[in-house]
Amino acid sequence: MSQRDTGWADLMRAANSGDAESYERVLRRIAAALRPLVRRGLARAGRSGADIEDVVQEVLLAVHLKQHTWDSTRPIEPWVHAIARHKLVDALRRRHGNFDLPLDDFSETLAAEEESPSVSGREVERHLAQLPAGQRAVVHAVAVEGVSIAEAAERLNLTAGAVRVALHRGLASLAKTLEQD
Amino acid sequence: MRTDDLVHAMVADLHAAQTSIGRQFALAIAIGFAISAVLFWVTLGPRPDIAAAALTIRFDLKIVETLLLAATAVALVLRLAQPGAGTGLQKIVLAAAPALLTVAVMAELLVVPTDQWQAKLVGSNSLVCLTAIPLLSLPLLAALLLALRHGAPTSRGAAGAAAGLVAGGLAAALYATQCTDDSPLFVATWYTIAIGAVTVLGAFLGRRLLRW
Repeated sequence: MSQRDTGWADLMRAANSGDAESYERVLRRIAAALRPLVRRGLARAGRSGADIEDVVQEVLLAVHLKQHTWDSTRPIEPWVHAIARHKLVDALRRRHGNFDLPLDDFSETLAAEEESPSVSGREVERHLAQLPAGQRAVVHAVAVEGVSIAEAAERLNLTAGAVRVALHRGLASLAKTLEQD
Repeated sequence: MRTDDLVHAMVADLHAAQTSIGRQFALAIAIGFAISAVLFWVTLGPRPDIAAAALTIRFDLKIVETLLLAATAVALVLRLAQPGAGTGLQKIVLAAAPALLTVAVMAELLVVPTDQWQAKLVGSNSLVCLTAIPLLSLPLLAALLLALRHGAPTSRGAAGAAAGLVAGGLAAALYATQCTDDSPLFVATWYTIAIGAVTVLGAFLGRRLLRW
């Protein structure tokens, strides 16, 4: 499998040392590359069009939460690719019973990027409603309303530290409930 | 929810890099091994003649074989915890301990008269061996499975099995300091069964516990 150098690794390394702007850029670019990849995967499984953005979001969450499993001295594309494949197979199994995606059918490059920032998924929203109230309020404020940690803390009458913890736990529980659904 | 909104949340959640996978496993092995070692010390403890035994090739071989198995399995489990990391080389290297054991068995068959083969193989501690190794491996296996949950294994069964090999290998090294059956014939039979059982248990638990 040959992977084009996407430039993601540099951005991710910058993100790892705390550069939020690089992190935002790399997440958007990964999401954009995941869309065509997930679309092809779903099409090959005979599930064209269904739930593309839901799977994209689930992969993105995993990329975020499992970031420490990428060895920053190695290329990042095979890592993203393996996560995407794992999550896609998982999503297909969950929704359509026992299912195996042949490895070859998914060994595409992550070259193409498909920007569509306003696309929505339904699953995250649905699972957000099941989170504990504190986590839900923080995730909603930061994600949907786009407020900063400090603003969320003021609004919810919490310390910034508590907001950070609730945000991280909220994202982790989202990933967990998405996986179990 | 829009993917953009989710990205907002993740960017806000960006924090200093988490504990690396390698460090997580080092910690798991250190804690698991410490618990297993204490457990070993209060139940069995090393054999009284260990100083003299350490000067014999058969005793040393079983320590080297079990530690070699554990070390090569650590390399494998580390790769299995990281998506997209190849495991080809690690799987080949995993054959080192079985290969060494095979050579030791052949040498033993050459130097020991045929009529003693059976006695050497059966030994006198096989039941203790089959009990002690799996029990001593449990703290290690639990710690390694926790470390794997922190990772992102895409082959859950294989990752659990590799964790079982590490746990079984280290537990066997502990047990080997107590056991007086030093013949490679004994080791190849009973240690293999005991470590194999831990590996199967690891695969079984891995499939159930390592979803992410």
